[in-house]
Amino acid sequence: MMSEEKIKKEYERIESLSKNPQSTLLAMLHFIQKEKGFITEQDAEYLSSISKIPYSKVKAVMTFYTMYNLKKTGIHHIQICRNLSCHMAGAPALKKIIENELSIKEGEVTPDGLFSLTEVECLGSCGTAPVIMINETYHENMNEEKLKALLKELKEKNENTTR
Amino acid sequence: MKILLDKISFDIETYIRNGGYLAIKKAFSMKPAEIIEEVKTSNLRGRGGAGFPTGLKWSFIPADKKNKYLVCNSDESEPGTFKDRELINKNPHSLLEGMIIAAYAIGANEGYIYIRGEFAKEARILEKAIYEAKKKWFLGENILKSGFSFNIKVVRGAGAYICGEETALLESIEGKKGQPRLKPPFPAIVGLYGGPTVINNVETLATVPWIILNGGKAYSAIGKGKSSGTKLFSVSGPVKKPGVYEIELGTPFKDFFENQLGGMKEGERLKAVIPGGSSVPVLTAEEAMKVTLDYESLQSAGTMLGSGGMIIIPERQCMVEALWILARFYHHESCGQCTPCREGTGWIEGILKRILQGKGKREDLNNAKEIAQNMMGKTICPLADALAMPVISYINKFEKEFVYHLEGKCPLCQK
Repeated sequence: MMSEEKIKKEYERIESLSKNPQSTLLAMLHFIQKEKGFITEQDAEYLSSISKIPYSKVKAVMTFYTMYNLKKTGIHHIQICRNLSCHMAGAPALKKIIENELSIKEGEVTPDGLFSLTEVECLGSCGTAPVIMINETYHENMNEEKLKALLKELKEKNENTTR
Repeated sequence: MKILLDKISFDIETYIRNGGYLAIKKAFSMKPAEIIEEVKTSNLRGRGGAGFPTGLKWSFIPADKKNKYLVCNSDESEPGTFKDRELINKNPHSLLEGMIIAAYAIGANEGYIYIRGEFAKEARILEKAIYEAKKKWFLGENILKSGFSFNIKVVRGAGAYICGEETALLESIEGKKGQPRLKPPFPAIVGLYGGPTVINNVETLATVPWIILNGGKAYSAIGKGKSSGTKLFSVSGPVKKPGVYEIELGTPFKDFFENQLGGMKEGERLKAVIPGGSSVPVLTAEEAMKVTLDYESLQSAGTMLGSGGMIIIPERQCMVEALWILARFYHHESCGQCTPCREGTGWIEGILKRILQGKGKREDLNNAKEIAQNMMGKTICPLADALAMPVISYINKFEKEFVYHLEGKCPLCQK
């Protein structure tokens, strides 16, 4: 859970630039998620209490939009596109490589908390397919060699890295 | 002829050196109604997919009302479409300049750019461009002493294709679930926060400065017949040179494919073409070779120009699998508010998966088509139609491949 003080401070900042409390919701959920990679029930409840946005509405929004993670993700959250252009360019084989290299299945987190893998819909990068998004960064024109090198690099990176 | 990607300008200094921000000066010397007339004369049509005439859209905004908004739709999420992303990366100020002119024309003092959440880098590019424009007094209070004030805010989405539908987008800016609104009232009357609102695509708005500088007539002279101007096509699939291309409307597909895309990659053969984003009916290779890339020609071929998101499908790709991938997408992205879409997209995905796995029955093909027929025109927004149209066209044009699967012997899937 994120410190309440931090959430409150950011809420006040965003709210002062917004039309009404509800309009802050998407940005606030992005903010909360950025810290830990996912949003907890407690964070959402706290946001509801300070903004006076009914909890039902906060929950409706955080479950509607697919970018909000409601359970723990890895420090490196790998999202691989499964739509047509990426599929034709070899995304399914890349997904298998990731699963093998990290010994996890789609939707899982590695035991050390470093990686998680999820399939996503079109990322709008079809001309440079296949594309993989790790946290907020696009990795385009991926192939087996580039993917393995990237995973190796991320593994070797300081394991204490935070998001 | 290039307008949008003619000169690449990452920053404001380069953009100004390339003739940028001259159009706003000219615009401020004109009356708002004159600008709307000029855009009407240009025949510019919405480049997001629907192709609605831009000048006409602007003219629906009541002149006497306050609290009007201009919203830029940058929620580019239709599979195969990545042109707006390229435009923001290579020429962000053309969008801002277009927005300033559009806002002045409709009398809006507040603007929003709604950008899909995954485009974090592009959102930062826009934030930087807005900052640069403010420093030069192109945005903010009393712009260039014209008496007109305008500010732009970037709002990030959070992963929902449906927010590209304009009223779902408004809901999302307001911090709600992106579920399309019932129309009427249309956004021009009751839009964002209840105020009259124009929502235009990135490419549409970025075209406006050129029209103001060179005149609507000059723009309407580009292209073919009623399809005026240039259009961005984002091309994916196994062609030699995929990417974003700006071409004159009316260019024959064959020329574009052979000369600009370089044809298919070594060892690949062309089977089918999705000309305008995943929601438009597919063309066989033979059909594609006969069309020109404009609204009318594609319509008479039974498909649409859409967003210009062109997906080239090779011979090796099984069409049952391709359609299942699209059905899975539309089912995943259905907002759930209308029954025909929420249930229909799921049923179709299920039927296709069954066929794909060799467990299909002969009547599945007609069932899928019948469900599709019953989804069309029965929902608040066109997401249901966006799946229904491909379903019917894929099954009709590639029935043989579906039959292979029913008989359990698809040569393409036996990998």
